[in-house]
Amino acid sequence: MDIKKDTIRYVADLARIGLDSGEEELFAKQLNDILHYMDKLNKLDTKGVEPMSHAASMGNVFRKDKIERSLSSEQALKNSPDKKDSFFKVPRIIE
Amino acid sequence: MQEYCKLSANQLKEDIASKNIKAADIASSLISRYDKVEPKINGFAHFDKEILLGRADTIDKDPKGPKNSPLNKVPVVIKDNICVENELTTCASKILDGFRPPYDATVVAKLKSSGALLAGKANMDEFAFGSSCETSCYGPTKNPYDLNRIPGGSSGGSAALVAADETVLALGSDTGGSIRQPAALCGVVGMKPTYGRVSRYGLIAFGSSLDQIGPITKDVTDSAILLSVISGYDPMDSTSVDISVPDYTKSLAEDVKGLKIGLPREYFIEGLDKDVKERVSAAISVLKELGAEFIEISLPHTEYAVSVYYIVGCSEASSNLARFDGVQYGSRENRDSLMDMYKATRKRGFGPEARRRIILGTYSLSSGYYDAYYLKAQKVRMLIKNDFDEAFKRCGLILTPTSPTPAFKIGEKIKDPLSMYLSDIFTIPANLAGIPAISIPCGYSKEGGLPIGLQLMAKHFDEETLIRTAYTYEQNANWKKVRPNL
Repeated sequence: MDIKKDTIRYVADLARIGLDSGEEELFAKQLNDILHYMDKLNKLDTKGVEPMSHAASMGNVFRKDKIERSLSSEQALKNSPDKKDSFFKVPRIIE
Repeated sequence: MQEYCKLSANQLKEDIASKNIKAADIASSLISRYDKVEPKINGFAHFDKEILLGRADTIDKDPKGPKNSPLNKVPVVIKDNICVENELTTCASKILDGFRPPYDATVVAKLKSSGALLAGKANMDEFAFGSSCETSCYGPTKNPYDLNRIPGGSSGGSAALVAADETVLALGSDTGGSIRQPAALCGVVGMKPTYGRVSRYGLIAFGSSLDQIGPITKDVTDSAILLSVISGYDPMDSTSVDISVPDYTKSLAEDVKGLKIGLPREYFIEGLDKDVKERVSAAISVLKELGAEFIEISLPHTEYAVSVYYIVGCSEASSNLARFDGVQYGSRENRDSLMDMYKATRKRGFGPEARRRIILGTYSLSSGYYDAYYLKAQKVRMLIKNDFDEAFKRCGLILTPTSPTPAFKIGEKIKDPLSMYLSDIFTIPANLAGIPAISIPCGYSKEGGLPIGLQLMAKHFDEETLIRTAYTYEQNANWKKVRPNL
C-alpha cells in the first residue's frame, strides 16, 4: 500500500510534529521506499509464533512500597523553558 | 607535553602508579591534544576546559584519593545521550538545547567512584538515529583515518575520539550497532554487552528493548577493564539482570584451543567489500592456527533483521521521544495554543531523521497498521532469536564482519535513508536477540588504509568468551597497527 501526503500529515499530527509542505512529499516517498523494503516480512509465515516482547525474558519487577530519594521540585523544574512557582507553565488549555 | 591519551588505560594506570602523575597533568595534556586535533575531528558535543581542570583538581586534592581504584585518573569521554549531573547532555539535538540533568546515570556514578577523569561529552547522531554521525546538530564528526569520511554512528564521536587519541576510554550506546560499527570504522574496540548486563538508568532512551551501554577502547584489555567497572544490577533499571559480575580482566588470556566458532553463511554474501572479506578471512586463519575450530552455520532469518529492527526501533523511539515537547526541558517555540506549541517545538527541535523515524514509528503503531507492522515484526524477531539459540547449540561463538564496507564518504548516504539503514545489516541481529557482541580491528583496506573490523557474538552473558577470543586474536594479529596521521 502506498503512503500518500495526507497520511503523512495525519501521522505527523498524531506525533505532534509540524512539517513543511515540501517535507510531506519527501517523507511520503522515503517512507514508501522503506515500507516496500519491509514488505518482505509478509513473505514469512509466522502463524503460531509468539511475539517477542523482551530480549531477556523476565517477569514484572517490583520494589518495596517505601519512599526513596527523589528530585526536589526545584531540581525537577530547573530545566523547564517556562515555569511558575512549583509548576511547569504551558499555554492556556481551557477557554 | 606528554600525550597521555596515546596510551591505553592499562598502560596509563601503570605510568600513574610508577611516576606519580597528577590528574591536573593529564587534564592539561587532554586540553593540548584537544586544541591540536579537535578542529579536524569535531568529536566532542561538549568539552569544557574549566570543568575538566576543576574535576582534576578535586581528584588531586582528595586526601583519600582514588589510588587503588580501577580507573584512577584515566580520562573517559561519555556519549552525549548519557546523563552527567549538571553538565550539558543534549543527544546532539536542538530540542535538548541547554539541558543539564539533575542526576548522574548509573554508569557515570560508577565511573566517578572508580576515580575516572570525565573528559566531556561525545558527538553522536541525533538521539542515536544514524550510522554516520551526520545527523548531529553540531555537524558531522570526521573519521581520523580520512577526514572526508564518516566515523560511523551513532557513537561516532566516542569512537573517533579514542582513535584520534583525544581520550583514553569512551562510553557509547548500541541499539543496532552504534558502538560496534563506528569502532570498526575507526579502528578501535567496541563492545555491546548482553541486554541487562549494564544499567541504562540515565541513558536517554531510543529503543528500550534494544539499547545497551558499552565500552569503546583502544584495545581488548581496556574493554575488559571498563566493562568490569560499568556492569552490574541496578534497582533503578528494571531491565538490568541481578546476576553476579565476573572480573572480566581474568578473561584476558590467550586460549582458543578447541573453541568452536560458527561462520553464518548469510553474512558472507555478495556485496561484501573485497578488502573486508580478505581481512576477516585472514583473521579466521590466525584463529584456526591457534586451535579454534570453524564450522559453517546458518542464521536463516538474517535478511529480515533490518526490517524488524526499523519497525521495532522506530516504534519504541516514537514513544520514548514523546516526552520532548517543550514543557519539562530543552527548547520551546512559543505559540498561543498548546497543540501549536508542541508541533512548532518538535518541528524546530528535531532534525529530519528524527522526525522521519518518529513518523515511521507512529505509523507502524497506529490503529489499522499495528498488526501488519509492529506485531509482525515482534514475531519475526522471535524467529531471529531462535536462529541464534539453534546456532549456539553447535558453536560457542559466531564470527562475522562488523560492517559490509569500510567508512563511506560524508554525504554519500545521507539522502537515501534505506541505504544508510542497510549499513547496519551485520550488527542489528545481536540487538534483536539481546546477545553480547564485540568489534575488534583486523587490518586496513588496501586503498586508503581505512580500518576494518570483525565482530564476535556470544551467548547471553558470555562476555568472557568474547573477551578471551578477541584478546587471543589481538595478541597474535599478523598486521601492524597504524595511528591516524593528524
